[in-house]
Formats: sequence, structure tokens, C-alpha cells
Amino acid sequence: MFEKLLLSGDEAVAQASLDCGVKMGVGYPGTPSTEILEHFSALGGHAQWAPNEKVALEVGIGSAFANARTLVTMKHVGLNVAADPLFTVAYTGTEGGLVILTADDPGMASSQNEQDNRNYAVAAGLPMFEPSDSQETYDLLIKAFEISEKWKIPVIFRMTTRVCHSKCIVEHHTKPGAKTQPFFKRDVKTKVMVPAFARSAHRALRGKLAELAQFNESSDGLVTEFKRDHHVGIISSGISVQHSLEADHEASVLQLKMTYPLPLERIAKFAAEVERCIVIEEGDPWLENQLRAAGIKIEGKPEMYRFGELNVTRVRRILTGDVSPETVAPAGKPPQLCIGCPHRKAFETLRDLDCIVSGDIGCYTLGVMAPFNAMDTCVCMGASIGVALGMRQVLPEEQARRVVSVIGDSTFMHSGLTGIADMVYNRPPTGHVVLILDNHTTAMTGLQEHAATGRSLDHTPAPQIAIENVIKAMGVDNVDICDPTKDSNAFEALLKQRLASNDVSVIIARRPCILALAKIKQYEKNNQGCQ
Amino acid sequence: MHNVVNVVFAGLGGQGVLKASDILAELVFEARLDVKKSEVHGMSQRGGSVSSDVRYGSKVASPMVPEGEADFLVVLDETQVSVNEMRLKKNGCLISPSMIATDKLENPKTVNVALLGALSTKLEFSEEAWLEVIRKILPEKIHAVNEHAFKLGKETLK
Repeated sequence: MFEKLLLSGDEAVAQASLDCGVKMGVGYPGTPSTEILEHFSALGGHAQWAPNEKVALEVGIGSAFANARTLVTMKHVGLNVAADPLFTVAYTGTEGGLVILTADDPGMASSQNEQDNRNYAVAAGLPMFEPSDSQETYDLLIKAFEISEKWKIPVIFRMTTRVCHSKCIVEHHTKPGAKTQPFFKRDVKTKVMVPAFARSAHRALRGKLAELAQFNESSDGLVTEFKRDHHVGIISSGISVQHSLEADHEASVLQLKMTYPLPLERIAKFAAEVERCIVIEEGDPWLENQLRAAGIKIEGKPEMYRFGELNVTRVRRILTGDVSPETVAPAGKPPQLCIGCPHRKAFETLRDLDCIVSGDIGCYTLGVMAPFNAMDTCVCMGASIGVALGMRQVLPEEQARRVVSVIGDSTFMHSGLTGIADMVYNRPPTGHVVLILDNHTTAMTGLQEHAATGRSLDHTPAPQIAIENVIKAMGVDNVDICDPTKDSNAFEALLKQRLASNDVSVIIARRPCILALAKIKQYEKNNQGCQ
Repeated sequence: MHNVVNVVFAGLGGQGVLKASDILAELVFEARLDVKKSEVHGMSQRGGSVSSDVRYGSKVASPMVPEGEADFLVVLDETQVSVNEMRLKKNGCLISPSMIATDKLENPKTVNVALLGALSTKLEFSEEAWLEVIRKILPEKIHAVNEHAFKLGKETLK
């Protein structure tokens, strides 16, 4: 039985996961991937937030080692955090299907960089799928699990913002797939990666990839050829396929759905059949470089199209070789900290005290904007602490004393704890101050729970980690909890006092996110009802 | 063949831009046409500019309306008209709050649905089909106020 739905790419992943019997969905929130696990949970699947992407992938590996179909989700930069387990699970493989979903953000709608995670497929040696719309997302996710299980190899499922957040019509099976029965079978040679075992595991991995390249050459459904005119041929994958189909109605298009390992023979044949063959891809010249290395005669895009998203207009420009300056869209209204946001007072104080603010990833990165102008650095999740400690270690005392780390509660659980360990261990001469802006939620990505909120992904009760207790146990000199919105004078006096001392201190500014307030009250009411 | 119709919605975070585009996309889906809807959210939720594209017809490829090819531009906030005007094709149709009697809205938050009412006068779908989708997508307690807004937008479009 089939049914048609109007689904975003993220929702299509969730629906496919349910329909093909995924037993475990695990990840860390990150635009544009966040809605996948929320939707999977709402459909009745088991989904959980891990404290960060590395833990998410490790939990996923364990679940897949135990023969359960497992989906791990994250945004592109999350895969950097999870890269350590990624490269070695490529060697071990898993019993149950393991799909690692990375949601890239070309154009940086909501990210700190526009890295192209297709590079991870080559670097780690893992097969990769790239859907171009929600229907393909649905079909290919199921295919990815089948391939993962057949070859006992994890699969990278690479989506982009436009695919994640665009809605299209999806036809899906209405009967949920049967879940496999978990078990653990001892097999130390494939699961314990000591050098003696890892050497043969690496060879086994390369053997699987060679087989998969062959499979990609011959399999139906992994390559689609839109045969039209033979003058121009376009080779493309992901969302760029949809733009290409529309940009030139005459051109033939070769769509690659499994983009690693590539079906080079199929591609060479296509390239030879057209007079001019051009690769249309967002981001790095990734396909282009691989095809050139294979000796296939193709054209790539001018460097200016490496930046930002592609669209129909830009693809038309690439096809005509137009490198004239593009029309710049008028600047819209930039985002800002909400009126009533509890972080506003904290940033006003940091600005007034002329602090050097080492910032972090979240809504509060908006502290950089006027009227606050109270953020000096922001690199990646958790960097606020390490970066500030580096500054404190080398700056002259007058400047060192003004350095403050600012980090949110979810980001702190993600990767702040190791920073605190360094602060206690490699104590800077002037001490340090870490300000945790605790608004009881992962606000930036749309109000998700985390290990310190006391609620699970589906907002039902969960054990709650008390951030202050953890920090105290790690040996920080002073741990204070305050509410700058309620009493900004007290907050300012406390911050001044801590900055003047040589202590290592943490100040937790605690007040719920204004957007989350009503929801948190509702969850608490619901949760009391069910106890 | 049904040619592709391009509609761009724009406004500020929190105004209901995405809800309005969801309603149109669902309406078209129910009418059994092909449809794609695109949006970018994330930072834009924090009061910044938001826009969403809906494209429908017998077959839609790209989910994004190409530059200068929008048949309709529905802007929820007058300040966002100049920012988005370039998306409209020559002789395309702009719909904004100043073109309807927003002072008669029972709740100013329903301006998104009022503008859908205005848009409905230009599209092929029946009022009953629109209202059915609005009732399907919005919570029951705000059905009446939104039906009022839809009809107001439809009747007062200048």
C-alpha cells in the first residue's frame, strides 16, 4: 500500500526510517538537520539527543554493532566532532545498517562555515548518497540501509539545506518495516581496532569500496540519465540536479545518486556522447576533480560559484560561462536577540565593562550585533573556553584580566566540560571567568532538550545533570548562579569581583529562554499528569 | 500541461510567512498538482527577514523561484517590499498589507491569512478549498478569527 504526503526532506528521512524499521535514531541538534529526529520521534520511532555528535555516532555504532538499524543525524560541522569514530567505524563495519546523515549548509543560512562534507566520503572511505528532493530522500535512505547491511559498511547520507527544508510530494509505503532482533556476536578481528587487526580491516574496506564502485556502474536507481540534446551534457548530484533540469531544457543530465565510489565508466560514456560536458555542483569542485583525475573530459564551474548556494539563475550563468558580477540582493533585516531574551542584560554588562569576549555557537552569538557589540571571537562549539584560556595565557595582564568566555547551556554540555578541565589544570596566571548563559534549552535550533534540562527529546521526564555540581566537582574556585535580568547590578558587581581576582570562576546566568517559557510550563504540567 | 506558477512569501521572523506558504503548498497538493516549497530558517527565526517560495504546476524541478520570475510576491511587512521586489517578474503581482483593510482585522497576527485571502482572488482554487486547508493546518481555537481574516483580505483587496 502507498500513500502520498507533502514532506520536507527532513520529514522524508523520518518517514523512511520508520518505514524501513530503524530501531535507533540519535544525533545532536543542528540546522538544517534538527527536525529529522523530532519527526521520527513524533511518528513513534525511538530517537534521542546525545550531548554531542561524537557521542551520538558512538551510540549509533554500538546500536549497529548489535544488529539494529541505526540513523545518526547532525549538521555538517557536527561531522568534524564525530570524525574520530567515523574514520574507524569505516574499518570495523557494522552488523545492522548504519546511516550517518550530514546536513550541509552551502550559503551558510545558519552556520559558521560552508564546508563540503563530500570530502569525508573520500577521506574516510565510505559510500555516500546525495538525494535531490524529498522523494529521492525517502527512496535512497532505504537503499542506503540495504547497502550498509549487504556490505557491512556505514553509509554517509549527505543532504543540504535546500533538500532538508524544501517540501515535495512523497509516495511512501504505509506498512512500517519490521525491526531486526538485536544481538551481539563476538568478532574481535573486525571489532577491536588494534594495529594487527586494523591492517587487514583497512584492506577489507578497500575491497568493499571496489565492489561498491562496480555495483554503482551496473545498478538501476543509482544513476538517472535525462537524455535530451547531445550538444550539452550536465553531470550533477543533489539539489543541483533540479536546478540543472530547469536551467537548460535542452541539455542532457546525468544524475549521480551514489556519489562515492563513483561509476566512472558510466560517466565516461555519458561524457563521450555529448559535445560539451559540464559538471554542475555546489561548493568545492569535488566531482570535477575526481572526474579530471580519472581522465574524463569535462568542464567545471568558475571559482566564483564555489561560494554560496546554486540556483537556476546561477546554473544558467555557469552554462554560458558568465563571470560578470552577480546582482546582490538588497540586505534584509538581520536577526537579533529577542526582546525579553535573558541574555540581553549579560551582554550589556560585558559591553559596559569592555570585556574581551570569547563567544560560542548559539543564539547568543547575536551578542556580536549592535547595540551589544559584545563578542570578539566565535569559532566552533565549545571554543569559547579554550580560545579564552589561550588568550589569558599569553596576553599582558591588563588585557588578560578582561577576557571572559561566554557559552550556552546546551553548548556547554556539548563540549564545554573539557574546556573547564583545561582551565583547572593549566590555570592562567590571572585566573579566568566562564559565563554560562543557561536558558534551559537549545534555543538556536528550535528549543531542543539536552542532558541538563531534565527532559528527553520527546519532552518527557529524564534525569537532569546539574551543571553547577559538575563544575564544582572539577575543582573550579568559585561557582555562582545569578539572574542578570532580575538584578543586573548584582551581576555586574560579581563579574567585576571575579575578573579582579586570580581565581578560576564560573558564573551561571540562569533564566529560561523567553520563547521556551510557555512550552516548558506545558511540558512540566504534562509530565506531572503522567507521574 | 499546467505551467509552473511561482509565489514568493516574505516578511519578518514570527509573522507567519512559513505558515502562509505551508497553507498554499498544502492547498495545491490537495488539488493534485505537483508542488515544491522552499524556505530557509534558522537564524532568520530571530526577527530577521524570512522568505519562502511555493512553485506548482504539472511538474516542478527546482524548489526555488528563479530571480525575477515570481508571478506573485506576497509581503507581510511593508518594510520588506523593497528588499524583495527584484524577485517579481515584469508585470508580476505584488500583494502587501497596505492593499487590504488591515485595520478591520480582529487580530493583527492574522495578516498572513488575510493576504492569502487577497491572493486567492488571483488563483484558481475555490474559497471552500482554501478554508478547508486553513482549518486543517491551524489549531481549532483560531479557525474563526482566521476565516474572518481570509474573507476580509479577499473582499477588501484594492
